[in-house]
Amino acid sequence: MTSAPVIRFDNVSKTFERPDGRGSFVAVDKLSFEIAPGEIVAVLGKTGCGKSTMFNIVAGLIEPSSGKALVDGHDPFRDFDYFRGKIGIVFQGDRLMPWRSALDNVLLGLQILDTDDSQARETAMRWLARLGLSGHENDYPHALSGGMRQRVSIARAFAVDPNILLCDEPFSALDEMTARDLRAEFVRLVRQTHKTAVFITHQIGEAMEIGDRVLVFQRPARIAYEARLSSGMSEAERQAVQQQVMAVLAQEPAPVG
Amino acid sequence: MKNARTIRGLQAAASMLALAAAWQILSWVFPHFLFPPVQDVIVRTIDVLTTGSLLADVLLTAARIFGGLLGAFVFGAILALVIGRSQTIENFVSPVLTFFQGIPALSWVVFAIIWFHGTEFRVLFIMVITTLPAFTFQILDAFRSMSKDLFEMTMSFRPSRWKLFCYLIVPTILPGIFTAWKVNLGNAARVVVVAELVGATGGVGYELMRQQQLFDMAGAMAWTLQLVLFVLVVQQAINMLEAWTLRYRAVSERAM
Repeated sequence: MTSAPVIRFDNVSKTFERPDGRGSFVAVDKLSFEIAPGEIVAVLGKTGCGKSTMFNIVAGLIEPSSGKALVDGHDPFRDFDYFRGKIGIVFQGDRLMPWRSALDNVLLGLQILDTDDSQARETAMRWLARLGLSGHENDYPHALSGGMRQRVSIARAFAVDPNILLCDEPFSALDEMTARDLRAEFVRLVRQTHKTAVFITHQIGEAMEIGDRVLVFQRPARIAYEARLSSGMSEAERQAVQQQVMAVLAQEPAPVG
Repeated sequence: MKNARTIRGLQAAASMLALAAAWQILSWVFPHFLFPPVQDVIVRTIDVLTTGSLLADVLLTAARIFGGLLGAFVFGAILALVIGRSQTIENFVSPVLTFFQGIPALSWVVFAIIWFHGTEFRVLFIMVITTLPAFTFQILDAFRSMSKDLFEMTMSFRPSRWKLFCYLIVPTILPGIFTAWKVNLGNAARVVVVAELVGATGGVGYELMRQQQLFDMAGAMAWTLQLVLFVLVVQQAINMLEAWTLRYRAVSERAM
């Protein structure tokens, strides 16, 4: 890699206690990888392979049990204030606050960042318009369709202008047409704004479409396969990568416990 | 929807009219000192509402209810948020609150009379201590029902504690706060009467005691109705405030 990585995992492990007290289980085991600035990395893996745990560590929502996870050179769990406005997250569900209108949901991050009211409003309106939600600013989440709600959550993540975008299967609950449109829109926005993005998915096609690089995880969150994708790749080369990814995923052992 | 609301209103009015009619029939059968005619009760009720010195007693009771509820709400909300953040504190505080819940309101009245001199402080103490556990537990339940997803989403923006409180915790516990006020209002109205009956020299409870001494059933009914009307009006006000504040909630047409 030519420049310092934005995200760096060095032998990171995460162990959870079982809720019923029957010992513990390893969700992430000595995971190491790096993500360069401006890179879009798609993380693929079957359900329960630990990709969401890795995601939560990068997001600073949980702390590794051992090893070192650094984002922008800082510990995402401990350096809480450092990351204010630096990480934007698009979750699997839209996670909109039901008591806030679409506009107010997009404003949330800006209000937390103490952005001037009029500037925040202008930014939020601009992002809503950019995602095709003009006219729905004052609608409450329950009045919006699933696709529209996910658009609001994307607008909310982009509005704070973060350096790093984390996406945890953001389009998995949407119908294929809506997901395809939003995916294309998402990639366009990430490229335009030169952000570093980690995109978690369990769909091979989605990973191939979005990522500059694809990481395939196997339980417990170790990298079983890695491929770099470029726009200059031929269809045959892409097909070969896809075949390889499918083969690795097929080797995934059955879930334990 | 408007039609359904009108029908609900008419049904409620019909049930109250049926109750009044039953009372009126009883007044024809039994002596008036036991069951005074409905019109006598209405006249006495209006009399209380339109006579300054009597209305002052109603307002005094209302102020005591509000004062007590406000005190219990503030303490209860603080306690709930503190308990919600620490299992250790909950282990210490919850058993005490549960123990308090088991003590009858009348016992608290006796304790207050023995412990304190000032009438108003006694009543305030009784009101706060009897409604505090319910406020605490209801707000705590609301706090605990906070969505983990929304919490993580909000934390992803790295808010200060104050902003987390304002943007997430307050809106989350607001429905619980409304429920707590509605439930405790009825309890407070019952407790305040007991407190005034025994330990005060003014208010609806005190006036009820006077009507009992005079063996005046119409008066007792009129003063009771003051309290019932007060609770109904405040309940309605809370309902309207709740409907406006929680207007973001989707309502199924089936539920209308």
